[in-house]
Amino acid sequence: MTVADYAFYLFAIVMLVAGVFTVVSRNPVHSVLWLIVTFLTASGLFVLLGAEFVAMLLVIVYVGAVMVLFLFVVMMLDVDFAELKAGMAQYLPFGLLIGVVLLLQMGFAFGDWSSAEGAEALRRSITPDAAEVHNTAALGQLMYDDYLMLFQLAGLVLLVAMIGAIVLTLRHRSDVKRQNVLQQMYRKPEDSFEMKDVKPGQGL
Amino acid sequence: MVGLEHYLTVAAALFVIGIFGLFLNRKNIIIILMSIEMILLSVNINLVAFSSFMGDLTGQIFTMLVLTVAAAEAAIGLAILVSFFRNRGTIDVEDVNVMKG
Repeated sequence: MTVADYAFYLFAIVMLVAGVFTVVSRNPVHSVLWLIVTFLTASGLFVLLGAEFVAMLLVIVYVGAVMVLFLFVVMMLDVDFAELKAGMAQYLPFGLLIGVVLLLQMGFAFGDWSSAEGAEALRRSITPDAAEVHNTAALGQLMYDDYLMLFQLAGLVLLVAMIGAIVLTLRHRSDVKRQNVLQQMYRKPEDSFEMKDVKPGQGL
Repeated sequence: MVGLEHYLTVAAALFVIGIFGLFLNRKNIIIILMSIEMILLSVNINLVAFSSFMGDLTGQIFTMLVLTVAAAEAAIGLAILVSFFRNRGTIDVEDVNVMKG
């Protein structure tokens, strides 16, 4: 076994254990932290597979953004998590049954699985030699040349998601005073004070 | 020697863990969202493994698209969760019956 093989087994085992802990953990904050471990080890697997760009994307996008979002939501919502965990023992046998059945199905599919004969010839975008073009550069060339439309549509998906999330969570509270910039700008001197011509020796 | 089968096995195991999490935490929608993220991650592992062993970069492009959709889904899901919590004071999925559907 080479070092890469040991690394694979280390990453794989840590990833699966962290995945199990994500699911069964009592405290959602711990769940989020275990999920972060899952994603970090998965990015390690991607590095082993030679997909460095996707691995770093996983670290930046998932660990850096999505998981922090989860962490914020878990910490800011005042939820009684003990109550939500109450039915866990009740669902455990059913979940295990579904899991075993799924594993069996995948095992059956896996036992009978083989690569098609013409698969090599059907490759759409063959990976260039890693010594000549790095993974990131090759992906960039491919994405901006052949998959530009998909790239733009992915950006559109993100835009729609962003607008949707803002619209869903934005609220105007009536009991909070806010600055109204237009009102301030359209305010005139005569609206707020009045000039009085006071004669000498007389009061108002 | 670690081959394609090893990666597929790991991805399948992670997928099943994700499905198991969906059933185990039927009330807690935050953990359900996290399980969905895990399922999508296992799909990504499959895509990248095939891409690497077949020598075809398209799989990694698709991985990025799956990543995008997963991030958008997490953001929207958490936004729905926050607004639901504001209205009902709980995140129990069994209470989501306002529309009586």
